[in-house]
Amino acid sequence: MASEARPRLAVYKFASCDGCQLALLNLEDELLSLVGEVEIAYFLEASSATLPGPYDVALVEGSVTTAEDVERIRGIRKDAKYLITIGACATTGGIQALRNWKDVDEFIRLVYARPEYIHTLKDSTPISSHVAVDFELNGCPINKAQALEVLTALLQGRAPHLPPHAVCVECKRHGTVCVTVAQGIACLGPLTHAGCGALCPAFNRGCYGCFGPMADPNPDSLTAHLLDIGVPRGHIIRLLRGFTGYADTFRAASEKLEKVAQ
Amino acid sequence: MSPSLPRVSASVAMPKASLQQVFDNLRAAGYMLVGPTVRDGAIVLEEVDGLDDLPLGWTDEQRPGHYRLTKTRDNHYFDYGVGPHSWKEFLHPSRLPLFSVEKNNGNWTIRPAQEPPPRYAFVGVRACDLAAIAIQDRVLIGSEFRDPHYAARREQVFVLAVNCSQANSTCFCASMKTGPKATGGFDLALTELPDIFLAEIGSEAGSEALGDVPWEAATAFDLGRASRVIQRAERQNGRQMQTDDLPDLLYENLEHPRWDEVATRCLSCANCTLVCPTCFCTTVEDVGNLRGTSAERIRIADSCFNRDFSHVHGGNIRPSIRSRYRQWLTHKLASWIDQFGTSGCVGCGRCITWCPVGIEITEEVNAIRAKAAK
Ligand code: SF4
Ligand code: SF4
Ligand code: SF4
Ligand code: SF4
Repeated sequence: MASEARPRLAVYKFASCDGCQLALLNLEDELLSLVGEVEIAYFLEASSATLPGPYDVALVEGSVTTAEDVERIRGIRKDAKYLITIGACATTGGIQALRNWKDVDEFIRLVYARPEYIHTLKDSTPISSHVAVDFELNGCPINKAQALEVLTALLQGRAPHLPPHAVCVECKRHGTVCVTVAQGIACLGPLTHAGCGALCPAFNRGCYGCFGPMADPNPDSLTAHLLDIGVPRGHIIRLLRGFTGYADTFRAASEKLEKVAQ
Repeated sequence: MSPSLPRVSASVAMPKASLQQVFDNLRAAGYMLVGPTVRDGAIVLEEVDGLDDLPLGWTDEQRPGHYRLTKTRDNHYFDYGVGPHSWKEFLHPSRLPLFSVEKNNGNWTIRPAQEPPPRYAFVGVRACDLAAIAIQDRVLIGSEFRDPHYAARREQVFVLAVNCSQANSTCFCASMKTGPKATGGFDLALTELPDIFLAEIGSEAGSEALGDVPWEAATAFDLGRASRVIQRAERQNGRQMQTDDLPDLLYENLEHPRWDEVATRCLSCANCTLVCPTCFCTTVEDVGNLRGTSAERIRIADSCFNRDFSHVHGGNIRPSIRSRYRQWLTHKLASWIDQFGTSGCVGCGRCITWCPVGIEITEEVNAIRAKAAK
């Protein structure tokens, strides 16, 4: 963006935990230079003072879960030159998309004393189901180095460099011992987009798939192998239905496993 | 006590505990010791201080996609096969800062990232890994195009090899003619017997590393015991690679249905290439600041299984898992020979063990051969 004035940035929240916005605020040192390079015009998590649109860049956290959300995201799209979704909720529907496999009305009756006050959609859906999205930044939460890379690339007018290969590559680059091979732990790393630095395997946990599916994932092979080595089917289904469970690949894989079980 | 140092190519017997003296000598000579140690359920390669760090009494059980540590009854230091790490990490690191640039008053300054690499002493290098190092020597410093980073590390390495006393179901060094006995490329080569180490002296540096060690010339009895240990490892090789019809077999079968079949199992996760001690591919990553006034270039390990690897101007030349698996197998076993005059595979079995779904390079070749185009 080679305009004279600083590009104007807006940050929005939909159904989410605010963790990705916090990851932005966690940029700390870089935050000061960010303020020097962009005008933060709308970012309620950081400041209640807001400036009116239009904006050059809108960062959107959270998924769409209400009729108002649907209207609001359309307005945001109109107001923004670039719309970038940040985090698992905005890019895939998030953990709250678990409701998509269940009856939401039943939840509402169980949880709320006055269910008639609750107005919500049946599904939690990613932003891209409603408006055109220019770039999707994965993660639950997003990785701050990746967030910085996306903003830097935008400022410099180049494509962000976020390789779409498997988490396994990060495991191996760090010398982490594979938890599936050495301990029989189910791990979604071979299906999952890199970006977290293979955090969970480094702590002896399988990958939870926070960064969503990688390029060209092969879920059938991995799930068949996990069943083969004795991981219970229900465990694999629950693993696939995590933070990005409604992403096409993971969703299809968990539904297939469920169907075979029935 | 031995009066002097053994001569090069001699075989000597030494008490097991005196391996610590060898370590101390190497450290005194300025080496950083890297060797096997137990971490996170595997025998990995890391900096080691002394004998206490070695996997005494541990062995490993390896099958396709499966690795487990178990305790043995013999208290041996080196009763295990190659693990998830290889020496490649130290000679050809998976992350290497190359240089940084900075803009001041409109001028760019370039600063090479010049941390002098440590002088490594590798402890416990197996025969297949010696062969792998020789292959990387050929690839990375064996022509007019030399990788200076590899050269700087490689030239000063001390190699303490260990002959294998057992082999895994995933090993096929014997058929690749790379092991299990270390035949060259080392400073010292040990064979572990219940009561002693038998040490073959490979260089002056290896001889000097035995300073103050109470060695004796090896007896015929000891030599016989050592060769039986190595023969056992050879018999235990769990598989074979038939190589007499390679590379033609693969070139003539580039459209074999087996490529489609293996693509249904392969995850394109890149684990095989990253654990392989000969795979050498890298890419560079530029990390810049927001204002575009400074940046760093870092070399990182890459793989032909990563989709971006084959992305060229105009599109991706290997858009399917089928084409990527075929690239890996044909490079390792066929086009590597055309390029470098050797196979790209030494039969260490790492790609078989550490493939999360247990795909076996040997089986894939067999399957192609079984229904080969004539
Ligand atoms: S631990 Fe998971 S992410 Fe890491 S290499 Fe193994 S399967 Fe891949
Ligand atoms: S291809 Fe497999 S068996 Fe051959 S050297 Fe590489 S990792 Fe070892
Ligand atoms: S097999 Fe792939 S990763 Fe290995 S050296 Fe060849 S192209 Fe590189
Ligand atoms: S052969 Fe195995 S380790 Fe290699 S990319 Fe395919 S699934 Fe991953």
